[in-house]
Amino acid sequence: MSAHTAVHAHGSHPELEQHQLKLGFWIFLASECVFFASLIGTYLSLHGRSHSGPMPHEIFDLPLTTVSSFVLLMSSLTMVLAVAAIKQADLKAMQRWLAATAVLGLVFLGFQAYEFTTFAGEGLTLTSSIFGSSFYTLTGFHGFHVAIGVLWLLSALVYSLRGGISQRQATKIEVAGLYWHFVDVVWIVIFTVVYLIEAAGQGAMH
Amino acid sequence: MQAEAHPHGSNRKYLVVAAILAVVTLVEFGIVYLPGLGSALIPVLLLLSAGKFALVALYFMHLKDDTRLFAMFFVPGVFLAAVVAVSLKLLMHVGH
Repeated sequence: MSAHTAVHAHGSHPELEQHQLKLGFWIFLASECVFFASLIGTYLSLHGRSHSGPMPHEIFDLPLTTVSSFVLLMSSLTMVLAVAAIKQADLKAMQRWLAATAVLGLVFLGFQAYEFTTFAGEGLTLTSSIFGSSFYTLTGFHGFHVAIGVLWLLSALVYSLRGGISQRQATKIEVAGLYWHFVDVVWIVIFTVVYLIEAAGQGAMH
Repeated sequence: MQAEAHPHGSNRKYLVVAAILAVVTLVEFGIVYLPGLGSALIPVLLLLSAGKFALVALYFMHLKDDTRLFAMFFVPGVFLAAVVAVSLKLLMHVGH
């Protein structure tokens, strides 16, 4: 590529820019993997070291958490359908699926809020025990990421309703989708490591 | 950018993946109550979790269809994350 072409091409290669945007976001997600791994590793390393307060097997409600996990998984489906819709230039369908994803994300956050308030009522708080600190830090950071995702999706939806998104900007929705799916896969790991393996170690919980 | 060909075909693929994810989640919930698996239960749960992770990454995040460059950055990040988590767990055991 000549210098003239390079100067002329600056800002005028949308496909290259879209590729770079996605690459940069994948790198960001790789770093987020390490971030959550540090929280999960800390939870695992501190597991079983609490001397006071309710223990995991005493308060976890596995059926409820399984339902919330299912909700988040289905939100990944609606998100990928939103991305597919904008790539097919179906703006209305994209808006519907984006709205559905945001709603499912809010439902998941509702489950989290219910779980946190129930646990707090049973004596498990951020400072009550090692288990409380590690549990709320891990799931709290994940919930915060979900909340950011919901705000992102709602912003994209409003922007789209105002005519700000066309098929040519599908990459913006795709990147939002990458973030949302990442939040989902992190929960897949948390659900297994925190809830399922606890249940496996203790037998069926209430 | 042109609209993708066979839009319903690709949407059907997403529905199939979502159905698999839902079934695996139900299986995970069910097998923790099974008495027969014993010490194999945790490895099975981790394997199922890894499978769900891979399905979402490959199909919903389009890692399977996009340029390999994305996977070249993301997959090492996932492995590094696994090393960090396992190392933290082992570190606590070594110190005590």
